[in-house]
Amino acid sequence: MIVGTLLAIFGLAILAPTLHRVLGRATGYVLALGPASGFVYYLTQMASTAKGEAVVRSWTWAESLGVDFAFRVDSLSTLFALLVTGVGTAIVLYANSYLEGHPKRGRFFGYLMGFMGAMLGLVLADDLILLFIFWELTSITSYLLIGFDHEREKARKSALQALVITGLGGLAMLAGLVLLGQIAGTFSVSGIIANADVLAESQLTLAAMILVLAGAFTKSAQFPFHFWLPNAMEAPSPVSAYLHSSTMVKAGVYLVARLNPAFAEDPAWQWALAGFGGATMLIGAYLATRQTYYKKVLAYTTVSSLGIMVMLIGLGAPQAAAAYILAHALFKGALFLVAGIVDHEAGVKDTEQMGGLFGKMPVTAIVAIVSGLSMAGVPPLLGFVGKELLLKGSLHAHGGPEEVAWLWPVIATVAGAFMAVAGFQAGVRPFFMKRTVEGEYPKPPHEAPLPMLAGPVVLTALTVIGGLVPILFAKPLIDGTAASIAGNSDTELVKLSAIYLATHPSTALLLSGVALVGGAVLFALRRPWRAITEPFDRVAQAIGCERLYHVLFDGTVGPTSLATVQTKLLQSGYLRVYVQVTVMTVLLLAGGLLLWRGDVVGLVQAAMPKFSEISWTEFLFEAVLVGMICVAAIAATQMRGRLSTIAVLGVVGYSSAVIFVLFGAPDVAMTQFAVETLTVIIFVLVVYHLPRFAVYSSKLVKTADAALGIAFGLMMAAFVVSSFAIEADDGISWYYNHFAFPDQAGEHAAYGRNLVNIILVDFRSIDTLGEIAVLGLAAVGVYTLLRLRQDRAPEGGMA
Amino acid sequence: MNSIILRTATRFMLPLLILFSVIVLLRGHNLPGGGFVGGLLATSAFVLYAMAFGVPALQRLLRLPLTTYIAVGLGMAIVSGFPSLIEGGPFLYGMWGSFNLAGIGEIKVGTPLLFDIGVYFTVMGVCLMMLLTLAEES
Repeated sequence: MIVGTLLAIFGLAILAPTLHRVLGRATGYVLALGPASGFVYYLTQMASTAKGEAVVRSWTWAESLGVDFAFRVDSLSTLFALLVTGVGTAIVLYANSYLEGHPKRGRFFGYLMGFMGAMLGLVLADDLILLFIFWELTSITSYLLIGFDHEREKARKSALQALVITGLGGLAMLAGLVLLGQIAGTFSVSGIIANADVLAESQLTLAAMILVLAGAFTKSAQFPFHFWLPNAMEAPSPVSAYLHSSTMVKAGVYLVARLNPAFAEDPAWQWALAGFGGATMLIGAYLATRQTYYKKVLAYTTVSSLGIMVMLIGLGAPQAAAAYILAHALFKGALFLVAGIVDHEAGVKDTEQMGGLFGKMPVTAIVAIVSGLSMAGVPPLLGFVGKELLLKGSLHAHGGPEEVAWLWPVIATVAGAFMAVAGFQAGVRPFFMKRTVEGEYPKPPHEAPLPMLAGPVVLTALTVIGGLVPILFAKPLIDGTAASIAGNSDTELVKLSAIYLATHPSTALLLSGVALVGGAVLFALRRPWRAITEPFDRVAQAIGCERLYHVLFDGTVGPTSLATVQTKLLQSGYLRVYVQVTVMTVLLLAGGLLLWRGDVVGLVQAAMPKFSEISWTEFLFEAVLVGMICVAAIAATQMRGRLSTIAVLGVVGYSSAVIFVLFGAPDVAMTQFAVETLTVIIFVLVVYHLPRFAVYSSKLVKTADAALGIAFGLMMAAFVVSSFAIEADDGISWYYNHFAFPDQAGEHAAYGRNLVNIILVDFRSIDTLGEIAVLGLAAVGVYTLLRLRQDRAPEGGMA
Repeated sequence: MNSIILRTATRFMLPLLILFSVIVLLRGHNLPGGGFVGGLLATSAFVLYAMAFGVPALQRLLRLPLTTYIAVGLGMAIVSGFPSLIEGGPFLYGMWGSFNLAGIGEIKVGTPLLFDIGVYFTVMGVCLMMLLTLAEES
């Protein structure tokens, strides 16, 4: 069933564009069945996983690498699987109406369902490598989703930024996961957790931990990588609601929570999580108070919330982390959807330009108010429970440095006040207060259609029920997840009822009240506050992390960005420079290694006797061919016309093909002949487009090119000749020969007599598969570059 | 090119060349040949046709867009990896079976053959797509 839910969602992703063509408006309703049935399945698992049981499904995948196709559903996985499928169902229904009439709706659903499948796989995987594959899949699909309006430059750039940041982190993480697997001796996540004492002893654990955290922190937008998340608000609202409330950005939190039992005792782990998480919580919440754009307010509070979750795990407060994950998914998902509704039905994105919408869209308003207050931490909502547990967790920090234990409740309270400002800004501001601009709304505001309201209403209802009657679903999920995060079932558990927490005086309750009052005051003073803090923003923009990103990666910053410099240097657009760069790289790396590590002279001398075995007739043939190749090659450098150049290069090609024939490689020869012929045809086709043949190179450049060419030739010759001197291990040749024919290998044979072909289509067919896939991509590239140039409209043609 | 000799010759040559490319493809398992070189030969044959009758005529002859040929080719190559999975072996492990064809005798077929046919179509589609895109430019 676990794999069934995954397959169903991935299957729907592939079918989505076709379904959309057939079903039109109803597509979303059909697609929603996938995540909805998954949701029901994981609900049925909830009771047993909450007791600490786990469902395990495993198949051997790559045995020699120790990688398994393994899934494991425990309470933590269940919580996330429910969020992915439950919120996913709401999002699909919502998007169905939100993108009504959009020409690319089918494609959108394909991306969305693909993302959903990847995210679900991620939280179910019990194998580090499998988890990593799903992890990267979420990066790629989210890139497509964020950049869905790809005709807008900002959308493209934001999507790319998200991909670059999370992709870089992902690469570091891969190294960390492999290292982790090496230390523990297994890639199984549960196996690694069981081997926590092995990890504690290894010298490499710290390195693995840092690398894995690099992946988790970039994905979950922890400071200083936080800036990609607000920029990703370029995505359509349903995407923001899904990716940035309950799924993608929580992947990092999930990973940290999942691996926590393996590292929990390590002070470095506690420091890193508490430190980065705390900083992210504070900075994100502060930045949120400065925003007025609806989705930006939500984006920065999301950054802050992600910081809270990471910090709580680091402080050894798993129950608080779990409660906050659930509370945040519910109120933030609803608020993002509200932002989309207001934009969709009133045409406004800036909360300060909204006002008095309560009468126009009462249901949306109630959803926003409840969810906004939940974010602010007002009882008896689930957000209040989350914040109460956050404050308790920061007051009784189990992990982290003790000298600064006073710091956590202080910053948590300050961040809580900031979050309250954002909660009022998003939940109250648009519906009651006055607009700051005159005139009508761009669109006459009205209530959203039912499918768009269904999701937010359900999420908001759960926010209320979760706080008031935790026993229904919040308690089993949160307490079970807390045990999963802690890695044992004897973690301290607090009563989760909002009424209980609000009526029993405690330090946390006091701080909670301080935060709420502080937030209300700050909200009233928000305009002067924004004016006062303006200068800090400027400083941050001038020297902040986002600036660094642009200096490194953005080609539009100017001639100084690293990306611009390296592109100019290595990818100038001149074919000759590409060839030079390639040749020089090989010369440096391979030739350098040969000179440094290999005894070239000795090897060549050792190979010499073998040349005397060549017979006279063979020598005669070879001498003639080699002579032809040499003459033609030199002639090619001297020719004064394109046709003559291509003709003499043809001589080089065909002569080499004959050499292949001579040495008993007819397959290579045939291919070479065919390629040479097609090259001539390609040349004939492009020759008209090329400018007049002329020699621009100076004598100096020519000499340098010649030197480079000769050096490369010498290096290749040295390689070939010295390879004669090395007695190759013929294990591979033996293997191929043995397994080719049934008379030796029996039923394991490849049944063929042409070894070259069998290697291509059987023994090493996965290489060939990769190669033809690259060929296909290259063809699409050529087609796109030549046909879809900006100066002409796309037209129907061969492809 | 508007040459009666070329056109007439091409009419006769094209089927022969395609047949030849298929033979090269099929014999590849035991003798020099295979999907890659077969695909290149088929490309040459179609390019000859395009030279004689023009690119639009070739497009009509091929009926389907070239991306379809590429997709079908890649699809065949990937699908050929599945039968071994069902048997519990690794992806793309060669599986063989045989049947008797009246008058010819026992014929062995296997997933590597399907794979090679996939290579044939992919290579043909890719090369033709590049060449024809260039040809349409000029």
